[in-house]
Amino acid sequence: MNPFDMPQETDIAWCPGCGNFPLLLILKNALRELGKDPKEVVIASGIGQAAKMPQYVDAHMFNGLHGRSIPAAMGIKLANRNLTVIAESGDGDIYGEGGNHLLHTARRNPDITVLVHNNMVYGLTKGQASPTSEEGMKNPIQPDGVIVEPFNPIAVALAVDVPFIARANVGDPAQAKEIIKAAISFKGFALVDLFVPCVVFNKQNTYQWYKDHTCPVPERHDPSNKAAAFELALETEKLPLGIIYRNDARELYEDRLGITDAPLHEREVSEVAFQELLAGYR
Amino acid sequence: MSQYSKDVSIAVGGSAGQGIQTVEAALVKILKDAGYGVFACKEYMSRVRGGSNSVEVRVSSTSAPRRAYVRRIDFLFAMDAASLEHLRWRIGEGTIVFGERAQVGDPGPVRFVDTPILRFANEAGGNPIYSNTVALGTILGLLGTPFSGAEDYLRSVFARKGEDIVGKNVEAARKGYEFGKHAAFVEDISIPLTPSEEKKDDIILDGTTALGIGAVAGGCDFISSYPMSPATGVLAFLAKEAKRFGIVVDQAEDEISAINAGIGASYAGARALVTTSGGGFDLMQEGVSLSGMIETPIVIHIGQRPGPATGLPTRTEQGDLNLALHAGHGEFARAIFAPGTLSEAVGTMQQAFETADRYQIPVFVLSDQYFLDSVTAVDLDELPRIPVKRHIARTTEDYLRYALTKDGLSPRGIPGHGDGLVCVDSDEHDESGHITESFAMRRSMMEKRTSRLTALRKDAIMPHAFDNLEGAETAVISWGSTCGTLVETLSRLGSAKLGGLHFSQVYPINPEVKKLLVGKEVIVIESNHSGQFADLLGRELGVKVSRRILKSTGEPFSVEELIEELRSEA
Repeated sequence: MNPFDMPQETDIAWCPGCGNFPLLLILKNALRELGKDPKEVVIASGIGQAAKMPQYVDAHMFNGLHGRSIPAAMGIKLANRNLTVIAESGDGDIYGEGGNHLLHTARRNPDITVLVHNNMVYGLTKGQASPTSEEGMKNPIQPDGVIVEPFNPIAVALAVDVPFIARANVGDPAQAKEIIKAAISFKGFALVDLFVPCVVFNKQNTYQWYKDHTCPVPERHDPSNKAAAFELALETEKLPLGIIYRNDARELYEDRLGITDAPLHEREVSEVAFQELLAGYR
Repeated sequence: MSQYSKDVSIAVGGSAGQGIQTVEAALVKILKDAGYGVFACKEYMSRVRGGSNSVEVRVSSTSAPRRAYVRRIDFLFAMDAASLEHLRWRIGEGTIVFGERAQVGDPGPVRFVDTPILRFANEAGGNPIYSNTVALGTILGLLGTPFSGAEDYLRSVFARKGEDIVGKNVEAARKGYEFGKHAAFVEDISIPLTPSEEKKDDIILDGTTALGIGAVAGGCDFISSYPMSPATGVLAFLAKEAKRFGIVVDQAEDEISAINAGIGASYAGARALVTTSGGGFDLMQEGVSLSGMIETPIVIHIGQRPGPATGLPTRTEQGDLNLALHAGHGEFARAIFAPGTLSEAVGTMQQAFETADRYQIPVFVLSDQYFLDSVTAVDLDELPRIPVKRHIARTTEDYLRYALTKDGLSPRGIPGHGDGLVCVDSDEHDESGHITESFAMRRSMMEKRTSRLTALRKDAIMPHAFDNLEGAETAVISWGSTCGTLVETLSRLGSAKLGGLHFSQVYPINPEVKKLLVGKEVIVIESNHSGQFADLLGRELGVKVSRRILKSTGEPFSVEELIEELRSEA
């Protein structure tokens, strides 16, 4: 029994064989193994099949707008930094619709974990290309195949110095779980790009494809070496899985803002300070 | 003789960067401390340097303070030729223009006092930068206020810059002051306004500061916003006060991020605010809908400016009422406030947080450039205070965020406060906050989210009646920033036929309002093109508006303009 299991039978809206199923298990196990209490965990998500994840985890849930899980997660963290805050959505949501938030929240560095279900396709809207779809992939909007370059989340994250960048494949649950645990434990903005096959709309990037086109990050790789991380990020033959970059030196946004452990709702307006404020306008 | 028994209207015109706003700030403070009633407003172009901008300062007695823009200028200080041309349309028979002939050239057919502003600046400080201090001194000399007020002010403002700078400023002001006194004698200017002896406990605010103070008093914990004129000031104010009060201030990458971060913070228990103008707010609309769906409070300040699109970025308009009213897809409850005085702004902001938290809805505060940049003294005894009640419940293990209740309001739990889990969902959801496609549940949730409108309506702030509305044949209605102009207009018209009614809450409207309007003609004053509030009054109360007085040029209404419009009704 996992404390993050739903207390009742839940009608899960994913298709049979969906990569989200193994990821659900991986996430719940990771949270349990980290000793988290569901009452301290908030999962914020956007819209899409990936964004339904918090519906099936017994923790606090903020299922907001498409593309906006990161700003919502940041707001939650800044209002109560004692909470463990995860933002979770698909590649269309976080890399496409909400791309700007990924770039700029990385600059701030709040202590939140971003889990991106990367299936290289749009699932819920039925098979259109996503930002990470491979060139040439045929789909209802580009019947002759995708004619734009795919988005490289790892390289972009490195460029904006996301201080924890990793990639995992749900086809390897043991490694994926360890990577997610490391990301959640990391003090700062952590991004995990997760290969999660869509079995209905992406016949190209299947479980087997991910198995054939990935390899573990080389053992000699030093994640604190940004240049080496960039090299890994630019790999196209075999996509490296593991912790690609890690920078423990970045200060948290919460600390830079001077946020204390007391949640904002406990804050009181000091009457003395308020009278001083007014006096300044005499 | 030129006599100013009610008030004096002083305008200072110059290019951006010439320091005319410094003159305004100094005049307001010095004259307020000297016992006068003061009001100031400004208009400026959307540029950082150059162009032609102006400030207006109205000086009155404290017993009959003026709190509105007038077209009339009694003393016009032109710092350059362009500003004289810019303001020429406001020059009337009574206007005396002060300027240096070398700077303004041939002033044309106006009553002109050649004022050696630049020469004095160079003599006193060896630098044209002292010109605005010379102008300040000249104005105080004309008014005949004691010079000590100017000296004290300059000393305190420039103390940090050292004795040399203080000395040069005082000298520049003194030269202007002596010249002004002399000019008042030569031009036969008489200003029989008596400064009040009584020391009032008051403060000087502009609209931006009043809203900022209201936000602090209202327990605002969190603001995330993206700069946009004229609403940026509220963000800057809270940034300045962040440390003192422990407020979290986040400059967002865009308005979408701002409102989503605000709603996230609010979900976790913070009182959250966003500030923007119409264009930025357009980007926030999906967030408004989210706030409505997940019943998570958010306060949205829209500092209006003329649209569509970029419009006139630094000018004023009340064109976004319909936007606030209809923002966000789907149907849900909301409230909209629009303060008309600075003291009301302090109260409104607190009320906005209280209403948002109590009813778990998005709440709007509408202001505009004219209001945000208007300055008056506010009596501290009259400063409204509303206690900060969080309306947050400690959760139990079986907590349901959307438990169905009689009034549609469920106890608001937040994560990390109690034993329950707090689940909110932008999808239609069940009582536990989880996604559902049950039509029966949909019906219950729609009812839940909209039924609170009944209580909101009953609680809506009653409009403020003035100028004997009860006995009047015609009710003249203002909302938001036009309040001060209407108050002065009606008082000057002095007609028993006309009474005033000012709305500081524009939606929903208290049904009791209808009683105030029974049997009366209704005229609505609005700074927009179509009369958005007039339409709203019709829809909400079934009131027939007989006349709309509208303006959407980007300038505020002047008192004279309203007097001309309403004279036929008086």
